[in-house]
Amino acid sequence: MVSSPQVDEFQKPPARKTFLTRLAQVPWTWRVTIGYLSVMLFLPLAAMFLKASTESPANFWRIATSPIALAAYDVTFTTAFVAALSNGLFGTLIAWVLVRYDFPLKRLFDASVDLPFALPTSVAGLTLATIYSDNGWVGSLFAPLGVKIAFTRLGVFVAMTFISLPFVVRTVQPVLTEMEKDIEEAAWCLGASDFQTFWRVVLPPLFPSILTGIALGFSRAVGEYGSTVIIASNTPFKDLIAPVLIFQRLEQYDYSGATVIGVVLLMISLVILLGINLLQAWGKRYG
Amino acid sequence: MADLGPSFNASVPKTGKNATKPQRKWVPAVLIAIAVLYLSLVLYIPAANVFVQAFSRGVGTFFKTLVRPDFLFAARLTLLMAAIAVPLNVGFGLCAALAIARRRFPGRAFVLSIIDLPFSISPVVAGLMIVLLYGRRGWFGSALEASNINIVFAIPGMVLATVFVSMPFVAREVIPVLEEIGADQEEAAKTLGANDWQTFWRVTLPSIKWGLLYGVILTNARAMGEFGAVSVVSGNIANKTQTLPLFVEETYKQYETEAAYSAAVLLALLAVVTLVLKEILERKTRIKDAN
Repeated sequence: MVSSPQVDEFQKPPARKTFLTRLAQVPWTWRVTIGYLSVMLFLPLAAMFLKASTESPANFWRIATSPIALAAYDVTFTTAFVAALSNGLFGTLIAWVLVRYDFPLKRLFDASVDLPFALPTSVAGLTLATIYSDNGWVGSLFAPLGVKIAFTRLGVFVAMTFISLPFVVRTVQPVLTEMEKDIEEAAWCLGASDFQTFWRVVLPPLFPSILTGIALGFSRAVGEYGSTVIIASNTPFKDLIAPVLIFQRLEQYDYSGATVIGVVLLMISLVILLGINLLQAWGKRYG
Repeated sequence: MADLGPSFNASVPKTGKNATKPQRKWVPAVLIAIAVLYLSLVLYIPAANVFVQAFSRGVGTFFKTLVRPDFLFAARLTLLMAAIAVPLNVGFGLCAALAIARRRFPGRAFVLSIIDLPFSISPVVAGLMIVLLYGRRGWFGSALEASNINIVFAIPGMVLATVFVSMPFVAREVIPVLEEIGADQEEAAKTLGANDWQTFWRVTLPSIKWGLLYGVILTNARAMGEFGAVSVVSGNIANKTQTLPLFVEETYKQYETEAAYSAAVLLALLAVVTLVLKEILERKTRIKDAN
């Protein structure tokens, strides 16, 4: 689908060629890339969309907006959004601290931020469920207040916060490193308070990268399964998230139900991806 | 990047931390404390808990898990997943990087987003797609059944799921490196009579090796640690289709907490090794940037 018209700009020889000879001249790297993507990515995507298209629109709509599905979207998106915002705030703070201050073990703190990328999600779910349960290290501090964390929506929030933590830090950090300190000093010399300097001078250029990080984290949290399925009780209308609902539908051999909710989730991920690309383009213009 | 070199510093007055701006002393301390507290709640306490739980009942229980047949099987299967998925995705990633990195063409950004697409798809949806394609009632279901090949609820499906979720890493790490080094050296090699293979092996590969290795490490970590997608297609049958991450969940659900944590500590060690290697490689590439 991609290549033939694009390749000929670097293939200098005469312009007049039939489609077939052109195809034969597509470099083999392109052929492998397209072939691999077709088998591994496009074929499965097509299988899902075609399966979804065998549903009548009315039926599709009925499944996609069934009360249990709506409740699952609500839990998934609201919780993922709050987790992403929390990481937006604290991730920016962590990036700031890592770039601007010196303190012991700073390198270790910096490297550890990537832990959620490297730790298998079932391990994360296991340990978070233990710690945030009523008799766990952190959960026991909240239990006397009547706040249950593990096996509730709050647990889902904790798991989503864990897995989306690195995104904001890692998108903000490079921008902050590149930022000239002179401008801040100028603002301060002109009489701006610390707060004004931060709000009017430091924050605006960081804003696109903070938003990008939030969107990336949100996207990751929405799709997360491993850690959330372990820490949640997976009760419908309470803390059942959309990926777990898909899994349960599949376990009941309800392929239509799984597919419809899968397509909804995928379409939303694609919209977020588009948003992220636009945010990144915005960020580049800023820099 | 931040270092401008000694010659630069000579002409610019040194602006050390707090040199020109008398900051309030307590602000950094408070901010650092908040950052460390947040990281502790979300990362460090959970990470420490894995090790404490695994060894709190002595190393005896830990080793008892290590010799369980279902554990050994899960560990071997996990290694197998990585052994298949990593080379496949390295081959793909290198091809895609070589095809895309040096060219400007319309729709290039779109192709890059397509390669990144598996990261935006929920692992459960990835597993679902494989079930819909190769499952009994899927596209190839009847053909596969006729020829007696099991893909879903068997190892091939788990491999496909693992390959899917770890697909973009290599391409994503190698493309920027290729962009940065440019094509001059390769062109020189070709002018001097090297063929494509020689050029790749002697010129391109040495200059991208750290980026490539970085991609390999990330691919490997994801391949060994994947839970969601593999869980959907595996059926999670002990001694048949259970990898270590699945073993962790299954034993936890069966209230065999010690066994769960013994396996978890191995996976956590894998994560730590991954992070250490990542840090070393990042430093290596950074030093190269500076030169």
